[in-house]
Parts: sequence; C-alpha cells; structure tokens
Amino acid sequence: MGEAIAFYGLSAFILGFAILVVTTRNTVHSVLFLVANFMFVAMLYVLLSAEFLAVIQVLVYTGGIVVLYLFVVMLVNLKGSPEAHEDPRRLARTGLLLSGAVLAEFAAIIVYSAARPSSGATVSDAGLSDVGGNVEQVGWMLYTNYLIPFEVASILLLVAMVGAIVLAKREL
Amino acid sequence: MLEITTAHYMVLSASLFMIGVIGVMVRRNIIIIFMSIELMLNAVNINLAAFSYQLEHVVGQVFAVFVIAVAAAEAAVGLGIILAFYRNKETVNIDEMNVMRW
Repeated sequence: MGEAIAFYGLSAFILGFAILVVTTRNTVHSVLFLVANFMFVAMLYVLLSAEFLAVIQVLVYTGGIVVLYLFVVMLVNLKGSPEAHEDPRRLARTGLLLSGAVLAEFAAIIVYSAARPSSGATVSDAGLSDVGGNVEQVGWMLYTNYLIPFEVASILLLVAMVGAIVLAKREL
Repeated sequence: MLEITTAHYMVLSASLFMIGVIGVMVRRNIIIIFMSIELMLNAVNINLAAFSYQLEHVVGQVFAVFVIAVAAAEAAVGLGIILAFYRNKETVNIDEMNVMRW
C-alpha cells in the first residue's frame, strides 16, 4: 500500500516535470524543472532500493550536468523570451498555495509522529542493519567483474573533458 | 493495481522516454533538445534499476552508473559544441544550423 502510494506520487511528479521541461518557453525555467525531475527520479531509485544510484543521480545529474546546462543557457544570452517579463508577480498566488501545501504536509507529519511516538523507533531499528549494503555490492561488482568497462568509462570522461576544453576555449 | 510490479516501472520509463522523444522532435531550441536527451537517458536508468530490483542482482545498477558517466561526457562535449557554434552564428535554433563548416 505504501509502496503504491509512493510509486504513483513519484510517477506523477516525474512525468509532470518532464512535460514542463519540454513545454516551457523560458529556457532557465526549463532547466530548473529538469532539476526537480532528476530529484524525483533519485527518490524513485531509493524506492527501488538502489541507494548508490540515487546518490550518484543527485551528485552527477543535479549537481554537475544541470549546472553545466545553466551555465550554457546564461552564456548564450537568448534575446527574446518576452513572455518572461510581462507580469513578474503572476505566479505569486500559485507559489503561495504550493508553500501552504508543503507547510500542511509538514504539520501533518509532525502531528502524526507525535500521536504515535513508538512507530518511529521501530522503523529506525529495522533500517539501520542494512545501511550501506547496496553501495558495497555495487562497488564490488564494479571493481571485479566490470573493471575494464569502468576503466574505459574513465578514459571516455578524460577524452570528453579535453574535448570540451578544446571546443569551449577561444584560442589555444 | 496496488501491488507495484516491474511492469509499472516499465510503463513509467516508456512514458518518460516518449516525453523525451517528443521534446527532441518538436522543440527548436538545441539546449531543450539536449535536456530531452537527458530525460531519455533517465528513462533507461529507471528501467535498469527496476530490473535490478526484480532480479535481485546489482548488475543493472552498475550499467546505470555507466549510462550516467556517458551522459556526463555527452553533456560536456555537446554543450561545448553549442558554445562554439553560438560564438560563430549567434543562434541556438536548429533550423538555422545547416552548415558543416564556416
């Protein structure tokens, strides 16, 4: 039951933000929706008990790749996007509504956990025993069976780094 | 309906992939097209993680890590190309990108 609620909620957010990424006119907004989309995908990985993948998703995608996109969007300085400035406060009401929803959610969590103080302790007891098991398994597999693909991936990243510097630099 | 199987994750992955394909096909801004490609790679990763969960084997997650590495390399080189093109042509519209040399 809980897994179903989590899955359908996360799916709704993932698909909704993906549609917003594709349809939004303002490119900077599109990049920020992409950040939200990647964060919800990371939560889905936690649901699939792939904790290592979730951490890598947050570190590499939302921390690295999306920042790179944001840099390029700022650098290319798109003139146009006139619809971004017509009414700067048009989203204030929606933002207030969404913040109120988050506040209500936090209040519900606090009230719920205060009403049942014993449930939190059992969850943490059960969860602590297998923390880090997934990371150990993935690391073991990565450095034994898939060592050569791992090294090839590192060479690929090195080549991509050199290529990106050569392309982006005006004169060597 | 309430029991989440691998098929549910595959439907989600396919939907996300289709949104990415639609973004690549419909949009004209090349930065948005690159972001749609990232969405498609994420859909593939969800599929790999779901099968890793179903088969109780971490090899799917190992391949997802490789996909993320390739996505990072692709983003770095692709955005470098976009910057180099923009310096010469002052555009990010793919309809105006019709020359192989300048």
